[in-house]
Amino acid sequence: MEMDGADPNGVPGEVDRKRWTYLDRILNRPGPFTDEEWVPGEPNIESLERMKILVIGAGGLGCEILKNLALSGFKDIHVIDMDTIDVSNLNRQFLFRQADVGRPKAEVAAQFVEKRVRGVKITPFCGKIQDKDEDYYMQFGMVICGLDSIEARRWINATLVGMVDNDDADTLKPLIDGGTEGFKGQARHCIEWAHIIAWEEERKDDTLDTDDPEHITWLYQKALARANEFNIPGVTYSMTQGVVKNIIPAIASTNAIVAAACCNEAFKIVTSTNPPLGFPGTNNYMMYTGDDSVYTYTFEHSKKDDCPVCGNLAKNLEVDPNMTLEEFIASLAEKPEAQLKKPTLRTEEKSLYYQSPPSLEEQTRPNLKKKFSELVSDGEQLAVSDPAFQIVFKFKLVFKK
Amino acid sequence: MLKIWSMKQKQQQAENAQTGKKKKVTAAQLRVQKDLSELSLGSTMRTEFPNPDDILNFTLTIEPDEGMYKGGRFHFSFAINQNFPHDPPKVKCTQKIYHPNIDMEGNICLNILREDWKPVLNLNAVIVGLQFLFLEPNASDPLNKEAAEDLKTNREGFKRNVRSSMGGGSVKGQTFERVLK
Repeated sequence: MEMDGADPNGVPGEVDRKRWTYLDRILNRPGPFTDEEWVPGEPNIESLERMKILVIGAGGLGCEILKNLALSGFKDIHVIDMDTIDVSNLNRQFLFRQADVGRPKAEVAAQFVEKRVRGVKITPFCGKIQDKDEDYYMQFGMVICGLDSIEARRWINATLVGMVDNDDADTLKPLIDGGTEGFKGQARHCIEWAHIIAWEEERKDDTLDTDDPEHITWLYQKALARANEFNIPGVTYSMTQGVVKNIIPAIASTNAIVAAACCNEAFKIVTSTNPPLGFPGTNNYMMYTGDDSVYTYTFEHSKKDDCPVCGNLAKNLEVDPNMTLEEFIASLAEKPEAQLKKPTLRTEEKSLYYQSPPSLEEQTRPNLKKKFSELVSDGEQLAVSDPAFQIVFKFKLVFKK
Repeated sequence: MLKIWSMKQKQQQAENAQTGKKKKVTAAQLRVQKDLSELSLGSTMRTEFPNPDDILNFTLTIEPDEGMYKGGRFHFSFAINQNFPHDPPKVKCTQKIYHPNIDMEGNICLNILREDWKPVLNLNAVIVGLQFLFLEPNASDPLNKEAAEDLKTNREGFKRNVRSSMGGGSVKGQTFERVLK
């Protein structure tokens, strides 16, 4: 890490740019990939400084990401992490010291980077991402994740996708997701199999003790036999131990590489100095495999049309405000693309009509005779479900003038 | 190259002229709506929505037609938060009843309402679980330890105590609510 090169007496706003010399070469000069309309210099620095960016996770990747962002010219960084510092983190989570053990990661990481890089403001939140709602996530321009759980990734992805309003570009938050995992997935899988399935089938009455060498040896041999069956190399005794004790090998250099790639993307998106990953029709996924030389591969994960998260964004639907709800329901049954014969409808505020349960059907039935204009307002979102479809359709109502 | 930020700014200016925030149906509402359409209540259960526009809060009434609790009418409150289905629904029995898995405050010991909840489970799984508690009270994982002990050691006596508690009688010094239809 660089030392702070800024003038200690410098006034914010006219800080010495000496520390940013290398960055300024990119920000102040057009390059082979910059657009014709791209303006070098000040606007790019300003974009970086104004961008409110959220970092999720202050662990192995998070420490790297926070340091990288601060040293890339970002000035308004927020960080969320629910964990406290454990002594086993200290080998690679370099923003933490022995004395910090037991303190919240987000807070310590924020203080460390703020102290080290002048002029950067880092706002920590010690808690779960699920504690925050859409209003919180809406304030950010983009989000970078360094998470260790699939569940949390799914949650933030679904939340950000759910916030998108096609008529308001500001609701679109780029998500840059970094992840690292111990290598040799298939070999680990065989061990998991021995751990979960074979043990349960054959040694049900013993409680597995991960510190008992006999138990580990048994699992190792089972896993090895299965791996051989499928020609999978790499199962070893020490790996068996690692898998059953749920130790995911975290490698400092892998974290550094993945975090650097993430921060590079953030920098490119904000400054338009180079094409970032991720626009439709371009590559959006970079993977790095470091256990045998330094292999990387970049490709496009294509969008799944029936994706339960993003395959179902609200479409505009033009309606006559004088139409009754009953007439509208009849018209849904005739829509060619999705014939909704038994639709249930609601807005955020109102249950318009529920087919079931019976009590709710009865309570919402009077709405059928009402006009749209009495039930909803122009621009409101309508959710329509139907037993024939797995997904709930979302429409943004647009009143016919 | 797409310049996402300048695009945004241009659009924002046009947008500002328009009206403020438009309400979107929340993820929890979407999921509950779907779950409600998949409820199979049969003849022994019904729901009641104090405010039909708020589908996240309702009561469920179970009237078991077999087992030791046959002839009773049991009410449960469901309170679902905006984090559903990541969080389980909060379910409580609103009456004071004699049951090994339900305590005097109406807290329910049902694994899928606590540690075993998963977002793939739906409201139907929960109501099936509640129904099952009345058919097969479970003495091995009790919230009401006295009732569990009673069930374990003297099944017939437990049955009699259930009957008398359901009639509004008292069992072991505790007076229960009358829940008979």
